[in-house]
Amino acid sequence: MKSAVIVFPGSNREGDVVRALKMAGSQVEKVWHAETELPKGTDLVVLPGGFSYGDYLRCGAIAGRAAAMDAVRAHAARGGLVLGICNGFQILCESGLLPGILMRNANLKFICHRQFLRVERNDTAFTRNYAKGQAIDVCVAHGEGNYTADEETLKRLEGEGLVAFRYADAQGHITQDANRNGSMNSIAGIYSEKLNVLGMMPHPENLVESLVGGTDGRGLFESLVSSFPKAA
Amino acid sequence: MIRNDVAITPELVKEHGLKPDEYERFVNLIGREPTITELGIVSAMWNEHCSYKSSRIHLRGLPTKAPWVIQGPGENAGVIDIGDGLACIFKMESHNHPSFIEPYQGAATGVGGILRDVFTMGARPIAALNFLRFGEPSHPKTRHLVSGVVAGIGGYGNSFGVPTVGGSVGFDKRYNGNILVNAMAVGLARTDEIFYAKATGVGNPIVYLGSKTGRDGIHGATMASAEFDESSEEKRPTVQVGDPFAEKLLLEACLELMKSGAVIAIQDMGAAGLTSSAVEMGAKGNLGIELDLDKVPCREEGMTAYEMMLSESQERMLMVLKPGMERQAEAIFHKWGLDFAVIGKTTDTLRFVIKHQGEVKADLPIKELGDEAPVYDRPWVESPKQPVIDPASVKAPMSEAEALLKLVGSPDQCSKRWVWEQYDHLILGNTVQVPGGDAAIVRIEDGPKGLALTTDVTPRYCEADPFEGGKQAVAEAWRNITAVGGLPLAITDNLNFASPERPESMGQFVGCLKGIGEACRALDFPVVSGNVSLYNETNGQGILPTPAIGGVGLLDDVTVNASIAFKAEGEAIILIGATQGWLGQSIYLRDVCGREDGAPPPVDLAQEKRNGDFVRQLIRSGQVKTVHDCSDGGIALALAEMAMAGNVGAEITAYPDGLPLHAFLFGEDQGRYLIAVDEDVAADILYEAGAVGIPAVTLGITGGDSLILPGRQAISVRQLKAAHEAWLPDYMAGKA
Repeated sequence: MKSAVIVFPGSNREGDVVRALKMAGSQVEKVWHAETELPKGTDLVVLPGGFSYGDYLRCGAIAGRAAAMDAVRAHAARGGLVLGICNGFQILCESGLLPGILMRNANLKFICHRQFLRVERNDTAFTRNYAKGQAIDVCVAHGEGNYTADEETLKRLEGEGLVAFRYADAQGHITQDANRNGSMNSIAGIYSEKLNVLGMMPHPENLVESLVGGTDGRGLFESLVSSFPKAA
Repeated sequence: MIRNDVAITPELVKEHGLKPDEYERFVNLIGREPTITELGIVSAMWNEHCSYKSSRIHLRGLPTKAPWVIQGPGENAGVIDIGDGLACIFKMESHNHPSFIEPYQGAATGVGGILRDVFTMGARPIAALNFLRFGEPSHPKTRHLVSGVVAGIGGYGNSFGVPTVGGSVGFDKRYNGNILVNAMAVGLARTDEIFYAKATGVGNPIVYLGSKTGRDGIHGATMASAEFDESSEEKRPTVQVGDPFAEKLLLEACLELMKSGAVIAIQDMGAAGLTSSAVEMGAKGNLGIELDLDKVPCREEGMTAYEMMLSESQERMLMVLKPGMERQAEAIFHKWGLDFAVIGKTTDTLRFVIKHQGEVKADLPIKELGDEAPVYDRPWVESPKQPVIDPASVKAPMSEAEALLKLVGSPDQCSKRWVWEQYDHLILGNTVQVPGGDAAIVRIEDGPKGLALTTDVTPRYCEADPFEGGKQAVAEAWRNITAVGGLPLAITDNLNFASPERPESMGQFVGCLKGIGEACRALDFPVVSGNVSLYNETNGQGILPTPAIGGVGLLDDVTVNASIAFKAEGEAIILIGATQGWLGQSIYLRDVCGREDGAPPPVDLAQEKRNGDFVRQLIRSGQVKTVHDCSDGGIALALAEMAMAGNVGAEITAYPDGLPLHAFLFGEDQGRYLIAVDEDVAADILYEAGAVGIPAVTLGITGGDSLILPGRQAISVRQLKAAHEAWLPDYMAGKA
């Protein structure tokens, strides 16, 4: 399986996700934002975390219009897999690949802490190695992760089962306390209609080793790799 | 002959922070009246912040060498060898005055400046730490300052992409008018790819890189070298504005350029901007420097030579390039969207020549600007010795348990989670120990090694006895690194003191430095970089003497480490080190009894070393996983922190005869550690300790959901945690 990690000026978690993908067995190539094509044979595109363009306009707004994003949109339209983490999720929303927007956290502060998520479904390329309803222990690190959408969009996401993860407690219960950034319906990540694009605020790539906090993030990368037949 | 448009009046000289005799010295040096640009340049070079004129003679007493030291003080940052061809490059620096005036930008640019110091040397930053002191919580400005400083540190470090893994936050009325914001950065480079400021070769191009020059920060370094008064807030325009995005691009562009082999010398534009960086490069390389300011990328129109030379606009670098490699270098910088301009060249004249609009605006001897700066041996008086307090004379609390509950929820001892959750401490995926323990641990690349990092000092000890306080600051950093299993290697010091022109505060500086030097020698823990911040006072009220120590240690196998959390029930709790029940200057005395007196605990450096080496060996052999040093609040607070971190209680049954219980529990005797181990192993450890003459005694056993102190005084861990976690968020929400 081949992954392409798009690097924008101001991306800063690209190394973290490259490490996690490689550990799961993926080949990985970094792609500069000015490129107009993805490497041949790209199975998965990853938009990493960071502060693309300093987040100076709206988070992800400038990156969402980068040259490489046309290639990413075409890849998604062909049914190719796209994963946006944190700033990557913001970029996906700004580029029209996912609905809604990430607003400032409810407490108006950047927050970095360990966070449990409930896996809403395990029949997608991203989550097949998890159990449905499983609580996974990952982390968040963002100032603008407060998922917000209009009523109709929210209804559609819920109705079509497009919510990927919700902020939860250790038992997988959805509680007010667990939803620290104030996201609507405790949404931590959503899928596109065809389930091939996932945007999520939390960082599974930082929880892939027991030495560094835990391994609950591995499942996501292993799910992706296991979705593809091994190269001969 | 150089044209002089502005008459240099005594008022103008004074405005530039130069004393009349310093100005005279300068006039004698150049043999004529300076131009306004030259006056600006010399004021930037000869202020306290850049010239170390009051501190220099005392700094010479610090040990700066060891076989593993590659570069000691005098460069952008210190460099130590950590094996496998890798070097650790680190430094700590203050941004106190700007942060008081404009907390968000002041703190943000403090972080930016120290990160730049580290990557200027070719290192990729892998961790940031800080040391913060604020005024008393009831002071009307404190909440605003805490909020702004913390947001500023996070805002810069998070966007830049470096994990902020550790630090220290405290409150005291002595910082009401002058807070401390010290930022530390730690980076990694290959030992054969380290870059220095020393220019070489005549006629080589001098290149300006990074953001454009604006009018911000003019005279920042001069402001940092003056005392504060009511009018200081009018100095807001001298605070720079940070752009972490530009800095991230500058990092990537610089590292890429360094790899290309084009860089001869590099210096970041920090305090005193273009002036200081250019003079340093030339003076270190025994070369002259000629700059053409028409080529400097400017943000604003009509900037004068004076303004350009003194601007402290952020995210800028100066480099000497190999001739012929300009094109290649420019391409790299343009890829990252950054400015690149050849603005001058090295010469063999040893002159610092500034041209602007076809005119020479300054022509100064470059070596003398640095070397001939005034050096003062300022008068100082020794701080009066405080009496040793007999523990039996200190009143016992109504209950030790209640006293402990009060301490865990006090401003200084409470959890600082509210602060460090605003810092991305997990990015890069190498943070093995997060904030809240004795020292942070970050893995080096993919392992197996790791670094242990900490910032420490106990200012009230330093005030009561500068020599012992200086020793203790170093010893505590050494101890915190040891407590996680690290071998302490070197320190950076950030020496925050009041006005050197008052003999009492100069005496504190001299005393602390002697203590730091003595401890560094005894513990093989040299100083490799640092920063001196004097004039930390407002309206004549000085801060507590605060020589913050940033310590770096090495773990050969990062998976073999210790943390403070109790990990299992039924483990024996062993105290390593001797206890006399030292209550002078203790947190108990201050926060429970309302007394701030007495001599601070002395540090026996030989014992410190012996005890620490013993504990480190226990960790490294895999026998011990749970360790916490005893510092503020003594054994009681250490136990509470271990219980809270692990959600496991403990019962303390043993304590020595002849010592009041509160002195045993809250005394702050130095050189001590608490460890928790399997009961089978405990006997061996006690035996081993006894064999080498290290005091070790079993205090009790872990288990249950309460901390039970002698006399069956129980507090539930839940209750401790509630108090510990509540204070800071409540305070910041206006509730406490």
